[in-house]
Amino acid sequence: MANKLQVVTSPHIRDDKVSTARIMQDVLLALLPAAVAGVCIFGARALLVIAVSVLSCELFEYLSCRLLKRPNPLRDCSAAVTGLLLALNLPVGLPLPMVIVGCFVAIIVVKQLFGGLGQNFANPAITARIVLLTSFAGPMTTWAQPAGFHTVDAVTCATPLALLAQGSQLPDTLTLFLGNHGGCIGETCAPALLLGGLYLVLRHVIRPTVPLLYVGGVALGSWLLGFDPLYQVLSGGLLLGAIFMATDYTTSPITERGRVIFALGLALLTLAIRCFGSYPEGVSYSILLMNLATPLIDRWCQPSPFGARAAAPAKKGGSAS
Amino acid sequence: MSAIFKRGLPAIQVPHHKETAACHTVQMPDPPQVVIPMSQHIGAICEPLVSVGQQVLVGQCIGRSQAKVSACIHASVSGTVTAIEDFVTTQGAISPAVTIDSDGKHTMDPGLTPPKVETVDDLYRAVYDSGLVGLGGAGFPSHIKVDPTNPNRIHTLIVNAAECEPFITSDYRAIIERSEDLLHGIRAVVQYLQIERCIIGIEDNKPKAVDLLRQALRSEADGRIKLHVLPSRYPEGAEKVLIFKTTGVIVEEGRLPADYGLLVMNVSSLTFLGGYLKTGVPLVSKVVTVAGSAIADPQNVIAPLGAPYRSLIDFCGGYVGEPGEVFMGGPMMGINIYDDGLPVLKNNNAIIALSKADRIQMPESNCIRCGRCVAACPERLLPAMIDRAVYRNDIEALRHYKVNLCLECGCCAYVCPAKRQLVLSNRLGKRKLREADMAKKAKEGQNGK
Repeated sequence: MANKLQVVTSPHIRDDKVSTARIMQDVLLALLPAAVAGVCIFGARALLVIAVSVLSCELFEYLSCRLLKRPNPLRDCSAAVTGLLLALNLPVGLPLPMVIVGCFVAIIVVKQLFGGLGQNFANPAITARIVLLTSFAGPMTTWAQPAGFHTVDAVTCATPLALLAQGSQLPDTLTLFLGNHGGCIGETCAPALLLGGLYLVLRHVIRPTVPLLYVGGVALGSWLLGFDPLYQVLSGGLLLGAIFMATDYTTSPITERGRVIFALGLALLTLAIRCFGSYPEGVSYSILLMNLATPLIDRWCQPSPFGARAAAPAKKGGSAS
Repeated sequence: MSAIFKRGLPAIQVPHHKETAACHTVQMPDPPQVVIPMSQHIGAICEPLVSVGQQVLVGQCIGRSQAKVSACIHASVSGTVTAIEDFVTTQGAISPAVTIDSDGKHTMDPGLTPPKVETVDDLYRAVYDSGLVGLGGAGFPSHIKVDPTNPNRIHTLIVNAAECEPFITSDYRAIIERSEDLLHGIRAVVQYLQIERCIIGIEDNKPKAVDLLRQALRSEADGRIKLHVLPSRYPEGAEKVLIFKTTGVIVEEGRLPADYGLLVMNVSSLTFLGGYLKTGVPLVSKVVTVAGSAIADPQNVIAPLGAPYRSLIDFCGGYVGEPGEVFMGGPMMGINIYDDGLPVLKNNNAIIALSKADRIQMPESNCIRCGRCVAACPERLLPAMIDRAVYRNDIEALRHYKVNLCLECGCCAYVCPAKRQLVLSNRLGKRKLREADMAKKAKEGQNGK
């Protein structure tokens, strides 16, 4: 028999439309509108921050994988996604060394030290942001006045949530929606984020469950607590977090039922921190805390296997299936 | 409780590839030599009844076992027995195999007559003598299914005409070309086992067959046979899934359909039975779909049992270029053939050859917990978690995740973006669980519990 025939386990066909790399590429594409909007609103430095972040993440991933002898991962673009997402979570004026520290935390600490792709215990970008916030509180809460595309010497301002807390003049809804106000690079422009989210839903990368329930929960809850729901939804990192970080596969529950609990938990925590806590925004911490709760949620929400019987007390043969 | 389960079972869409659906089955000529293994079924290996040098005729019984769970083997060509040697199956089992050099005349055994069936015992005897096993691929001896001493009363016969695997159209052709035989077989089983109703489960990607059956059933004397059209998803034809979809019954872990009064038989098995009751010719040939991107002229071929796969492929124009993978069965659950000189077995219903370009093996990468496998599993298992438990050697987790319920249907691995070998890890998990349970039982036996 002349032919060398391959012998592999079934199945012998796969869904070629889907792959890890393609999913990551879709996420990058979905983040592009927000990145472009960030550059338009905050200026050329935003582009610099994004570039430094993406390159640092890629570099750290490459080096750590070589060191830990893991197969070359840059092929799956996940480091680039983390880099871009982290950059969009930072204020435009953040000194570049701090950006690099953030990348280190995201890639090395949260991801590689715990096993690499698919093994991180929390969202790398969010955790890095929190570490930066606690380490470099000043620069991380210095917001530049949006100046359009030309860089201007930092004229600082406050974010919409900070303004709310201070009781100052609030920006009007259109400004809020379009994002022409203080905030992180990628979190302000709602249409850009929503466009990206729609793309991901249509490409079957994410299900709308978590974003809808999270944002809806915050809206409903803030209305019940007497706040303006639209203001709450459009402020802070809620849209960015709900669409791009709460939907991260690895750190959210693996079943639909679990995702519902996850999203509602996120909404509750965000409301609690924003309305009763001293921080003006709570998305980062909510996501981190719910990420930590995900294994527990998975255990609660395990589907009942089809036809399974409850484990019989093993005395005799039992169910010798 | 069962009301909660009334919601649908997950399933996936796979490309149908039913290009051979329009191909009328063609009888291929007898090859110069056939090799017939004595084990082509679940159960005891048969003893050869012939010896080297003996002349045999088509339909002559050449292998039989005393055990109840076994099936007779018959000669598929006429000629001389030239060898009885050990044969290794693709699963690694060893059994003797009878090699017959064909004299090209295809002389039928003159002793073959249609069986006289008047009672259920006659039917049992007849099915046993025919050597029939589940022709859908399972290979379970069919006479056991119609056993009159079975304590469970069967009230529903479910005919599995789903044929959910891509490429395969042999069941479909059986319906189109031999619906008379099919109905005859169904009627026999229903009558002698005193079954109250029969449901034919068929997928909606076979509209011609659906119409044909509807027509035929309209003129059925009693209305006991009903048609149930299923959506064309995979794995609608899996036994547990089919039972749930057609009757709503959930077959619990460790129990059989018979415990619920259900009998499931493949449509080709029943078609063969109908033909056998009319002619008395036992199972000596099989309709095999030969298809795939590496086959020049895909067709449905009536092949004598024991013919080398290569002879079927040559009959269909041979390979197109170099084949990357050849397997028996469908692409979702089929088993690779490493040597195309191996013989056609009773439970083969397809030979698929995929070209090298179609079979680039993607490397496995890390599980990203995307949950697609969870959404796809028809048994509602968590393949991603089972995968992790297997590599951690966590037996208790495997028990908890009920890996023993896995059908090995391949849905999880098909949808996985990381291209993980999930069926492989499920199989490993099952084995680890079994070994751990056996070790535990052995230890308990030792401690005199």
